[in-house]
Amino acid sequence: MATAEEVAKAAERRDVRDRWLLSAPALLVIFLAATGPLLIVLVYSFLTPGAYGDVKWQFSPESWISVFMERDIFDDTLSIAGAHVTIFLRSIKLAVVTTIATLALGFPTAYFMATRSEKTRDLWLFLITIPFWTNLLIRTFAVLQIIRNEGIINTILLKLGLVSAPVQILFTDTAILIGMAYVYLPLMVLPIYASMEKLDFRLVEAGYDLYATRFKVLRKIIFPLVKPGVIAGSILVFIPALGAYVTPVVLGGGKNMMLSNLIELQFGQGRNWPLGSALSITVMIIVMVALLAYVRNAGKSGVRHG
Amino acid sequence: MPDKPDRNAIEVVNVSKIFGSGEGQVAALDTVSVSIRENEFFTLLGPSGCGKTTLLRLIAGFDFPTAGEILLYGQDIAPLPPFKRPVNTVFQSYALFPHMTVADNIGFGLEMLGKPKDQIKARVAEMLKLVKMEALAGRRTSQISGGQQQRVALARALAPQPKVLLLDEPLSALDYKLRKEMQIELKRLQHETGITFIFVTHDQEEALTMSDRIAVMSSGKILQVGSPRDIYDRPAERFVADFIGESNFLKADMVGVSGGRATVKLSSGVEIPATLPEGFNPNGKVTIVVRPEHAQLSAAGPAASLSGTVENIVYLGTDTHFHLRLAGGEAFIVRRQNSRGASDGIVQGGQVGLLIGNDAAQVLKD
Repeated sequence: MATAEEVAKAAERRDVRDRWLLSAPALLVIFLAATGPLLIVLVYSFLTPGAYGDVKWQFSPESWISVFMERDIFDDTLSIAGAHVTIFLRSIKLAVVTTIATLALGFPTAYFMATRSEKTRDLWLFLITIPFWTNLLIRTFAVLQIIRNEGIINTILLKLGLVSAPVQILFTDTAILIGMAYVYLPLMVLPIYASMEKLDFRLVEAGYDLYATRFKVLRKIIFPLVKPGVIAGSILVFIPALGAYVTPVVLGGGKNMMLSNLIELQFGQGRNWPLGSALSITVMIIVMVALLAYVRNAGKSGVRHG
Repeated sequence: MPDKPDRNAIEVVNVSKIFGSGEGQVAALDTVSVSIRENEFFTLLGPSGCGKTTLLRLIAGFDFPTAGEILLYGQDIAPLPPFKRPVNTVFQSYALFPHMTVADNIGFGLEMLGKPKDQIKARVAEMLKLVKMEALAGRRTSQISGGQQQRVALARALAPQPKVLLLDEPLSALDYKLRKEMQIELKRLQHETGITFIFVTHDQEEALTMSDRIAVMSSGKILQVGSPRDIYDRPAERFVADFIGESNFLKADMVGVSGGRATVKLSSGVEIPATLPEGFNPNGKVTIVVRPEHAQLSAAGPAASLSGTVENIVYLGTDTHFHLRLAGGEAFIVRRQNSRGASDGIVQGGQVGLLIGNDAAQVLKD
């Protein structure tokens, strides 16, 4: 007869086995859809480009070198790849500015929503999510219709006689920023709203009661308490904004190349899949470093206070 | 008890508060006036929805009155935002800041007032000592017990030395034993700090134990203001008598008034003296109230004020309740303190007489 100890051990083994069996489908999906393709990209970045796209199975560090370096076509000397650096910086700048703009617009929006009555809150939430029903391309073209020279804004300005000629917004950096802020705003609003909804507004009253002005209450009480939402929102906006493709092309007129355009070029006309892969991984690393720095910094001075 | 100077800390003058608009509007407060003296432990007592918390929130500044004035030492503070009033609140839920330590919570008000750092530190240390929380200064508020949170909430509200401290049912979340302790603790703090306390509760026992004066509220109105003894012994209205303690209500006829005291005739034809609410001079039929412990049982006979049958005897350890059915049909409860010794022969179903003493009956306004 088995002792109690043996029975307990067998039960534990069964438990472990069941856990693995039950999580197997999820693990399979994660591997097939996320980790697997990523590994392929990583491997490709160390191979040699084929003549018609594709890759030759031959190791080469060349694509990693050309992420940041340019080889002179005459004497083979290396110099910094100025074009790549410019594109990287341009994309990072756009992502940062988009994050700040959506935060500036999204925080008050979320606050407004969270302070409504329970019934109307759902309505506002519904309104915020409506844009998600439409394709990104269509939303971007909608913005284009509003800001183009013959668009709504310029028509009104001209009719009112405020300007004599249409204001050129389309195909400028402003146009890109307007489009980006519009497209990514819900991604900022929703997580902040989720935090704000859980906020105990009696704490706000307690703040007022203890001589904190409205601004101090915002800075000392509301902001620290909804910080997790702000962090989540910033991450959700920053990552796709860094890789934004459609919006900069449509609203910026494709005048300035973005990271996504550069990578797309390598897999398309450039026929340099290894370089495209190396660039993609570089972007991932940038995102990872930025996020780590951001989360760590935010964690230090807020919720972990004291 | 030290002499209370007659200076008023807070004067509420004809204050009304109406929530909502149109048909859905609700008058939470209906032309309420009350004066709260300096250094007083003043309690607003009433059932939920009576307007006591609304009145407190108006004094704190979280809501603004629809009409009327709220004077703090003669100055109308009704239009000021809460952060401009030298009044602090202890919230029912404590509302401690979860992202700060105990010490940071206590120092918050002083920090917001822009006091120098060393002064804040000294004051926080003083407050921690006052509420006996020195050892937990560095803890997060989520890491301390309910009773400790209560103390921190008190210290936080007292730290900026407010002119008036408002307490919104602060003991309701504590268990019985802790509540008893905190009642005494609050009384001590009020005594030591000399700050005017306005305490909101629905618990009559809490109100009677701690208060210098009590205002009993119902449906947005203040029904009676007085010392705990006044309120208990001389309730002016049926609601007050019913809400605080146990009461026997009897119908009676007014016979006459002399020197502020009335003589009333009971249904048995016996005439007894009764006290009158101030400024009330009724005629004809009135209702009188007698507390269960203010009436005595006696042998049935002509000497008794009333007579009846014992329907039920409930033994409660410290005392016994006798549930009587009077000759006129009314129910009447007599409470008698128990002593060791033989029973006195009162049995269920027996006939007894009821004596209502000289100071036991009070005429009600309604």
